[in-house]
Amino acid sequence: MRTVMQRLLGFVLLITALGTAAAEAHPHVWITAKSEVVYAPDGSMTGVRHAWTFDDMFSTYALQGIETKTKGVYTREELAPLAQTNVESLKDFAYFTFAKADGKKEKFNEPIDYYLEYKDSALTLHFVLPLKAPVTSKQLALEVFDPSYFIDFKFDDKDPIKLVGAPAACQMKFQRPNDETANTQRLNEQNFMNGDNSNYGAMFANKITVNCP
Amino acid sequence: MKSLPARLAQGEITRILAITAVVLAAVMVFDACWHALMAQNPFGGPRPAAEPQVGGVIGWILAKQSEFYREMSQTIRAAKSDGSAVWTLLGISFAYGIFHAAGPGHGKAVISSYLVANEETARRGIVLSFASAFLQALVAVVIVAVFAWLLSSTAKTMCSAEKAIEIVSYGLIAAFGARLVWTKGGGFMRALQAKPAPAMAVATAGHHHDHGHHDHGHAHHHDHGHHQHDHGHDHDHGHVHDEHCGHSHGPTPDQLAGPGGWRRGLGTIFAVGMRPCSGAILVLVFSLAQGLFLAGIAATFVMGLGTAITVATIAIVAVSAKGLARRLSAGREGGGALIMRGIEFGAAGLVLLFGLGLLFGYLAAERATCL
Repeated sequence: MRTVMQRLLGFVLLITALGTAAAEAHPHVWITAKSEVVYAPDGSMTGVRHAWTFDDMFSTYALQGIETKTKGVYTREELAPLAQTNVESLKDFAYFTFAKADGKKEKFNEPIDYYLEYKDSALTLHFVLPLKAPVTSKQLALEVFDPSYFIDFKFDDKDPIKLVGAPAACQMKFQRPNDETANTQRLNEQNFMNGDNSNYGAMFANKITVNCP
Repeated sequence: MKSLPARLAQGEITRILAITAVVLAAVMVFDACWHALMAQNPFGGPRPAAEPQVGGVIGWILAKQSEFYREMSQTIRAAKSDGSAVWTLLGISFAYGIFHAAGPGHGKAVISSYLVANEETARRGIVLSFASAFLQALVAVVIVAVFAWLLSSTAKTMCSAEKAIEIVSYGLIAAFGARLVWTKGGGFMRALQAKPAPAMAVATAGHHHDHGHHDHGHAHHHDHGHHQHDHGHDHDHGHVHDEHCGHSHGPTPDQLAGPGGWRRGLGTIFAVGMRPCSGAILVLVFSLAQGLFLAGIAATFVMGLGTAITVATIAIVAVSAKGLARRLSAGREGGGALIMRGIEFGAAGLVLLFGLGLLFGYLAAERATCL
């Protein structure tokens, strides 16, 4: 006798075999980040200044085809078109920077003061992300991550985040994604299989919280 | 007739479990050896930083492939001064390929769905997996050879090329899926009608085929009807031919190589294999910049070999699962056929959904390396 259970088993096997479609998700690019949260004299937060250093494989890839006067030496001017491309592409990904002031989402304008620097066979992209409107809030939450986890963001070991010009009472908290104390959602087969992988990189998010009482 | 595939399915499942176990064991042994080797290897460089803590098998796969991938760039650098590091590079590339494909990805999903939608065999699945992985590696090598080596194009140009290929590839998957849905939809509809009123269905033109072959001949007239405006008709042609030759489910070598044999599933190979892996492109450009382009090409093909092994394993699981479903639904006269046609129709629908989802960005696929 063939029971319903047996038939179900067959279907489950089939679905499992087919269900591994959702997202291609593993980093191909590694970024070591150093960031500054920038404040105006009036105590409002005006934007974020990033310095992102790419891994050497991606740095080499990005430099492909760029003409230089001296071989192996890339000046800021020679790298300017690439920096332009970079910040333009980053727009599609919301600059991988997500800000919330007192729980409300804040938007960024297009980057300013951007340039690339080549040192020790690695490219570093410097840029400033100005907020659309400076914001004064009790709590500011910043997250830096790639939702599709094509890029792995790791903040620098020594000085990951700095507050620049923040009111003295403000306190900053920084959580790395692999921080045991961080209450990050754990990736497991369960949420992998449930199909919603759109924001799956969120569990690799770097979280910065600034409290200004 | 029904018991043969049943026995095959059971045998295949045991075999798959064995193969999976062997592959996993091989990977673990390799990993252990690799790390033992690293301890003495002066060119090893620093160990990569700990990956984010993720749980479960998937997390482990992600962590492993990140680790292998990062070791690749260090090994390519090492190979500049020490040729023997190329062998290490090939080893890592192979392991990376296995793990890379074990993660989520559309390639294996499309191949598996295609196999299930059609009356395909595990062996066919292996052939498709290897052929598409080989094509994928070849495309990556050609792109980098043409754009980076010959034309000295910038990363921006290369990325545009990647994006264009990506769109064509996804479009092909969607078109391929639409065609499968069309053919399989016919079979499903007939099975649906045949169940409650078999007498009525006899009146339908061309039905005596279905009748004699337990619904297996359903694809016949449909395929022929859509000959003229379909680029990939060859493989289904051969496929129908197979079914007429006595429903055999285990192909003999001459069946694989016979008329239309290799061309069958060509559409799948192209749709899946056309789009190069971003990782391969990065490795190739990097090795070219280090003056080790040949080593990079070798690594890309070895990577493809690893990918093919994993995809083939998953394809076998899919085919066997269908075999199991067939076995379980066998003996239920009308209902069995209905279930099987339903599964085939569903799998065809999945291929279409993958294609559309990828094409319109609902399904996140691996990004082209554009930044």
